[in-house]
Amino acid sequence: MTIRTGAQTARRNEITWALLFILPSIIGFLAFFAIPSVRGLLMSFTNWDLLRPAKFTGIANYIKLLSDKEFLHALRVTAYYVVLNIPLQTVIALGMAVMLDRFTKSTAIRGILILPWLLPNIIVALLWLWMLDPTLGFINQVIMSLGFERQPFLGSVTQAMPTIAAINIWRHAGYTAILLFAGLQNIPKDVYEAAAIDGADERQMFMGITLPLLRPVLIFVLVTSLIGSFQIFDTIVITTKGGPVDATRVVYWYIYEYAFVRFKMGYAATISVALFLILITITIIQMRYFNADSSDLD
Amino acid sequence: MTTLKKTKAGISTRQIFAWIVLGMIVLVTLFPVWWVVRTGFSSKQEIYVDTFNLLPVGPTLNNFKRVLGMFSSEEAVAQGGTAGAMNFWMDLKNSLVVSTTTILGQTFFSAMAAYAFARLKFRFRDQVFFLYLTAMMIPGVVTLVPNYILMARELQWMNTYRGIIAPSFLMTPFAVFFLRQFFLSINHELEEAAKLDGASIPLIFVRVILPMSVPALSTLAILQFLGNWNDYLWPFLIGKGADMRTLTVGLAVFQSQTPQGAPDWGGLMAGTTLSLIPTILIFLFFGRRAVNAIQFTGFR
Repeated sequence: MTIRTGAQTARRNEITWALLFILPSIIGFLAFFAIPSVRGLLMSFTNWDLLRPAKFTGIANYIKLLSDKEFLHALRVTAYYVVLNIPLQTVIALGMAVMLDRFTKSTAIRGILILPWLLPNIIVALLWLWMLDPTLGFINQVIMSLGFERQPFLGSVTQAMPTIAAINIWRHAGYTAILLFAGLQNIPKDVYEAAAIDGADERQMFMGITLPLLRPVLIFVLVTSLIGSFQIFDTIVITTKGGPVDATRVVYWYIYEYAFVRFKMGYAATISVALFLILITITIIQMRYFNADSSDLD
Repeated sequence: MTTLKKTKAGISTRQIFAWIVLGMIVLVTLFPVWWVVRTGFSSKQEIYVDTFNLLPVGPTLNNFKRVLGMFSSEEAVAQGGTAGAMNFWMDLKNSLVVSTTTILGQTFFSAMAAYAFARLKFRFRDQVFFLYLTAMMIPGVVTLVPNYILMARELQWMNTYRGIIAPSFLMTPFAVFFLRQFFLSINHELEEAAKLDGASIPLIFVRVILPMSVPALSTLAILQFLGNWNDYLWPFLIGKGADMRTLTVGLAVFQSQTPQGAPDWGGLMAGTTLSLIPTILIFLFFGRRAVNAIQFTGFR
């Protein structure tokens, strides 16, 4: 009898403490994640300039969005950036990861490789703005000393986006390589030994063992870097500010302009929701693909 | 025998090749950072003339002095700089205050929540945790505008530390998730023993769990510190006034003030060099832990 009441008190105690323990996080979650998300969705159905009260306009914003040439341009530019950025970055990172795995496990080298990722985007952008300066930049000095013409890089409509993609590959390739390297450590070495005994060469082992067994990590890396890549912004603030002309006016920059330059909060929210829908669709597609093929070692 | 020798020789040439490639990657990674430092220490006139020298040309501290506001604006302009200095110390202080406060709050409150999710039993526990997990999937762009309006209108926290800090002070979904995973992995025995001794839940948390979790807590803190330190858009939107700028915002403002045609590269790179120092320090002291932490995040 006494034991049961004791247990009940302890149980009630546990619940009380549990609620107190999660309370701060629930406040933070509601105030800055949950409610803002819902509010953003609601705002996307309004016209709101912060001065006058918000006006409900139904799906007018979404209809406008579908025929908004500037938005479609921003979307195209962003997709172009993602296509320039992700495949090359992933391939380089994979190559680096395999080399690290095979030839050196040195933490010092891995440390150096993640250094660019530890630096703020703003600093990385300034650094490359200087390296790529048309008149004095080091890269152009090298190009000219080799007898070629100087390149405008960030100042050119055609070169600006590839250049920004290259800058971000510099910042992220090492980081991505470290993630993939960690994945490689989980592949048992005896699989390779068995394959070597069977006479498999390097290329066959890579295609037959490394890639399939690395797939879960690879998919994770692809999903997160794609989501990040679609939200490119900081680099553009420093290097091109959306220009030259509209060559680097990505979706995030477009949202920024609507919200904080034109103060059209409703339409900015609509673009944000659209970007979110695009990202979630990509994620779901990739996750499906991942689940369907997750049968590696098991 | 012969085949064995052959493969051995093959491996060693491949190794040489691999080391050369790795060496080039390290060079490509480090050289631009060195070039920033080199330019920061070079004098304005020499930068234009001696563009190829690997060492600082016409070595000088003037760029640094200018950025740190040790010259009057007339002197700065005479040197080819801009009248606006960077107010480095103020920006540094703001970055330190914002990042440190954020991670202290976030780590502690997220640890409390994570402990409850990992060890305590209460109704809707798994549902609430699932909600947190979904929030991890929502990209920052969705909450950016609503959170800005919250600060600008309802809370009126524009241009304050608390406005910059608040959104990630009480939790981030990732921090809760990260620590919950860790708490699930640690041994129950010590807790059970403490419980039998009659220790209360908060006492167990503070005296048993937290001390056991120092590696995980500091790993998380380093990751989140860097994230906060590197953040640009949020502190820029909230801390617009000169007295609220963080380092990233200060650098961006400094860049926007320098003339477009002939930027003050010496000054910009001196400012960048100074801003690099905190990250480099973290890197030197916690490099190994940071590498391991990043490797861990791959498996979240």
